[in-house]
Amino acid sequence: MLRLAPALAIGVLLAPVVCGVLATLLPAFGYLPALGGDQFTIAHFAALIEYPGIGRSVLLSLATGLLTTAIALAIVVTFVSGWYGTRMFARVQHLISPLLSVPHAAAAFGLALLIAPTGYFFRLISPALTGSSRPLDLFILNDPLGITMMAGLVAKEIPFLLLVTLAALPQTSARRSGQIAQAAGYGRMSGFLFVTWPLVYRQIRLAVFAVIAYATSVVDVAVILGPLTPPPLSVRLTQWMSDPEIAMRFIASAGALLQLLVTVAAILIWAGFEKLAGWLVSRQRNAGHRYPKERWARTLGLAVILLVSAVIFLGLMLLGLWSFAGYWAFPDALPRTMTLTNWMRVLPSLSNPLATTLSTGVVATLIAIVLALGCLEREARTGRTGGSRALLFVYLPLIVPQVSFVFGLQLFFLGLGLDATWGALVLVHLVFVLPYVFLSLSDPWRAWDWRFASVAHGLGASPDRTFWKVRLPMLLKPALVASAVGFAVSVGQYLPTLLIGGGRWPTITTEAVALASGGNRRIIGVYAFVQMLLPFIGFAIATIVPAFLFRNRNDMKATS
Amino acid sequence: MTGLALQNVVVRLNGRDLLSLSENIAPGEILTVMGPSGSGKSSLLAYVGGFLDSNFQATGQILLNGEDLTNQPAHERHTGILFQDPLLFPHMSVGENLLFAIPASVKGPDRHQQAEQALGQAGLEEFFDRDPATLSGGQKARVALMRVLVSQPRALLLDEPFSKLDAGRRDQIRRFVFDEAKRQNLPILLVTHDEADAIAAGGKIIDLDQ
Repeated sequence: MLRLAPALAIGVLLAPVVCGVLATLLPAFGYLPALGGDQFTIAHFAALIEYPGIGRSVLLSLATGLLTTAIALAIVVTFVSGWYGTRMFARVQHLISPLLSVPHAAAAFGLALLIAPTGYFFRLISPALTGSSRPLDLFILNDPLGITMMAGLVAKEIPFLLLVTLAALPQTSARRSGQIAQAAGYGRMSGFLFVTWPLVYRQIRLAVFAVIAYATSVVDVAVILGPLTPPPLSVRLTQWMSDPEIAMRFIASAGALLQLLVTVAAILIWAGFEKLAGWLVSRQRNAGHRYPKERWARTLGLAVILLVSAVIFLGLMLLGLWSFAGYWAFPDALPRTMTLTNWMRVLPSLSNPLATTLSTGVVATLIAIVLALGCLEREARTGRTGGSRALLFVYLPLIVPQVSFVFGLQLFFLGLGLDATWGALVLVHLVFVLPYVFLSLSDPWRAWDWRFASVAHGLGASPDRTFWKVRLPMLLKPALVASAVGFAVSVGQYLPTLLIGGGRWPTITTEAVALASGGNRRIIGVYAFVQMLLPFIGFAIATIVPAFLFRNRNDMKATS
Repeated sequence: MTGLALQNVVVRLNGRDLLSLSENIAPGEILTVMGPSGSGKSSLLAYVGGFLDSNFQATGQILLNGEDLTNQPAHERHTGILFQDPLLFPHMSVGENLLFAIPASVKGPDRHQQAEQALGQAGLEEFFDRDPATLSGGQKARVALMRVLVSQPRALLLDEPFSKLDAGRRDQIRRFVFDEAKRQNLPILLVTHDEADAIAAGGKIIDLDQ
């Protein structure tokens, strides 16, 4: 069984992407016999570029991908270079880590409730600063340049980039090289940038590409915060893919291919800038510039990251507040009354999506953790790691845009007669859950002291007994945390749920995003609050269970 | 033919011979292999125990009481090992660490009794339910030894097991380990860089430095 784990995992990661892209490619060029397309043509591409504003949609997607990644990465680098190894750093890290598990849609709704013209920010400063007790006529949400959408994406990508950076740092001798650089007269930040950062970046490069791919093709955040006329390419594709008009499937497939090209272009442009940045940094380094005056830059780095965390936290609290709000007029800072009515009204329609969310998330996570454990245990027993090629497989579903292969996958399932089944939904969630589970589990798993296994074998314990009685219990907490990460990823899935579920398997996330255009803040508050709560419960379980089981085992607290 | 026999054992790293030796260790005897770090002495131990890292290559036969261990998996060799660190399983109590090691052929209340008896031998009565993390360094070392002994090993491999103990307690623990292992008539392979270990062991010494 264990022998099969790596092959199964690669199958789960590779097959849906390959089948999905192929099943997009054929109809994009007109071939889909089931819908009457039986000859190859480029007519659908011609039709695609005739759509009004398609060029603007493409540009918007491209710019969103590059700008949000650049800004989020810049914020993370500024903060890490200025504060790594300090007590403040540890504090901020604890503050930000939980934000990783917040679904994108919930964070976006929270941001909307905070900065909309009738949002919390303007309530606080009205009428004192705005001079008006009526909402200002500002185009903040869904602004045509996508600035609010980009801000939301930046805020959500910071925790991810920070955590992958932190995971990469132990593999560099950051602290010692920092001391050497500072002894040579470099500032803390310049020393880090010149010496440590190039080593870190090499390790997190695939994660950065995943962020670019995500931001060029995001749907849920774009629906909630992004421009409407025209929306980014991915949002238009999603509309076409759900269009009852069958001819639209061909246009949507052509568009999915276009999206793939946009994402690839964004990554290539980024790779060009990598070269440029590398050249600039090495030029500065070789010139011996020390940049010892860095206080303002350090302060700014800290201030920005604290501001971003504060905005997300405040947004999430507003979701909770709105879900219990009774009468709440502008510009009151707080609702006049609090009520359970919103919840009572929503609960009956909430239970079905909630059950789908839970069952899909739990089953996909269970399969993912079993596969990840199987791969890692197989690796430990054979001494063979997959190396960088395996890492590429892990990142593949995160780098190929969802919208470019999930639609094809839907057509593929349709051909197999498996469309809109719960099994298909679990499978497509698994494609995205498995990479995160694997990435989050592999570091602690590999860091485990192998001598414990040698001792156990010397005592006569078979590899299986050693796994179940020694290794897994000792690594229970990382395994549960990885599961919680996987569950959070599943809860947050919007597009795959929408397309593969075919509308028959609504989840909390698809329902919440569908509410965006309606603008009922109380109902949105309930859905987005539940959406945020589910991952949180997962992480609470991952913390409480090991703490309870090993409450009398001091070394288990230190190691996990 | 009793005891542990190493026949033409050669350990290599990247095609370079680190060490080669042929030795017989009779039951109750200690063979000490001394050498600085990087001399391959720990790899020798790993080869005998069956957990050599795949970066190393090794050849030669290992016979235990006449039985060829060379291609057996680690858990079927019954070669108990002690490392520098006691490596008590941190999620189990002291007693559970011993129960883990006692062979499954020992059943029922005998298991518990054997564990308690082993703790008594180590001067650790009443320690069964203790969290290993709360033990002193010397106590942990004694539990680690008892854990190996209750597993009914056929040979004992010691990888600098005393180097992390403080000087005052080292002699005492060393005496305890050697005495208990000899009492069970086990062949012992000790690798160390500490000459005092080699002298206290009182057996044949192979110095890889020379």
